[in-house]
Amino acid sequence: MDTKQYIDSGILELYVYGLLSETENDEVNQIAKENPEIEKEIISIEKGIVNLSTSFSPFLSSENFEKIKAKLGLKYSKVIEMEPKSSWSKNIGWAAAVALLLGIGYQYTQLSDSNNQTIIAQKEKMILQETVSGLELKTKESQMALAIVRDTKNSVIQLAGQAVSPQSSAKIYWNKETEVVYVDATGLPEPPKGKVYQIWSLKLQPQLTPTSIGLLSDFRANDSKIFAVEKTSDAEAFGITLEPAGGSKSPTMEQLYTLGKV
Amino acid sequence: MTQEELIPLILNKDERAFTLLYDMYSKSLFSVISNLLKETEDAEDTLQEVFVKIWKSIDSYSASKGRLYTWMLNIARNSAIDKLRSKGFNNSKKNLSDENFVNLLEDSNNQNNRIDTIGILEFVKKLKPKCVQIIELLFFQGYTQQEASDELEIPLGTVKTHNRNCINDLRTYLKV
Repeated sequence: MDTKQYIDSGILELYVYGLLSETENDEVNQIAKENPEIEKEIISIEKGIVNLSTSFSPFLSSENFEKIKAKLGLKYSKVIEMEPKSSWSKNIGWAAAVALLLGIGYQYTQLSDSNNQTIIAQKEKMILQETVSGLELKTKESQMALAIVRDTKNSVIQLAGQAVSPQSSAKIYWNKETEVVYVDATGLPEPPKGKVYQIWSLKLQPQLTPTSIGLLSDFRANDSKIFAVEKTSDAEAFGITLEPAGGSKSPTMEQLYTLGKV
Repeated sequence: MTQEELIPLILNKDERAFTLLYDMYSKSLFSVISNLLKETEDAEDTLQEVFVKIWKSIDSYSASKGRLYTWMLNIARNSAIDKLRSKGFNNSKKNLSDENFVNLLEDSNNQNNRIDTIGILEFVKKLKPKCVQIIELLFFQGYTQQEASDELEIPLGTVKTHNRNCINDLRTYLKV
């Protein structure tokens, strides 16, 4: 059979695609085993199509790999131990035995060296993957923040700094239809230890009635400084006070940081 | 790393080999799956199932019966088609001229992450529409030659060679 003609027939592509009948497939296997040129051609076709399809892959989050590993119970804890094999017989002299042992010892350190290097590389890779997962999470966070800021259905209420902290400011994003409230706290200083910011929705008439709609806990951990708090339907103003950890039943007016009318 | 180097590690159930296997082939298989299943969630679930299946049934793979990649590709395609059927879709026919694997990149969500594909996208634009269609049917959707011949209305005998010419263009571009 003419190799070139066989290759040009296009059967090898269908072989790589997995579309041949069992008989045809066995035939290609047999021929590839005997003919290195055909084997090489198959590998090149595979490279081409793997490369093409890889390029068209949608974004694949590293979470998927974590989930697969979890399902399979893989932890990468398996370390292949290399046992030095020392054996000598009476026929080999002591000198030879010593030389052999030295040789094996040397090989053993080489092997465990490269083994260690593989493990180190693996660890580095896992750390990188964790970093990627972390970054993805951060991106999601900022995308959410951006979506809130951009949402035209949100009323924006500017809260101005008050006596205790004139430099402070904050913004409230309030969707009056869905009643959802977000607080943008970028203009607030980091709260001292044991203290927490508390958000109040205020009714001004007939008398000033504050209702707590949430605490900005985990202030430091939230990079975007955008917090979702409880819904409110009838706020006429919003205020933020600094309260002892856990919050207070009514606002400590001396610690009123920012305030703004709707 | 080639299949020949990878297989002994895998058959030895070396877990590090699994990472390599995933790195080498997950995106390729994910594009095939995503091309059949439009919903990202379905595609991701299926990809996970596929790799779980691959690792659990790796003992049933034999290098004497074909390429490792081909074996995995068939698992991926079949799992995606099963998923389609379980959701009550038949492997419905697409309008090939505007629905094919090239669309996978046109989702704006992807492009941010895909600077590396600009080159190949340019290439595919130059690729003849007939080539996109035949690669779509045979490789991405797993059509038989007969089905592809009916769908594209070309003689059965030319399906193979036609596809070969398209893959040759691709290989010239990729230098493989």
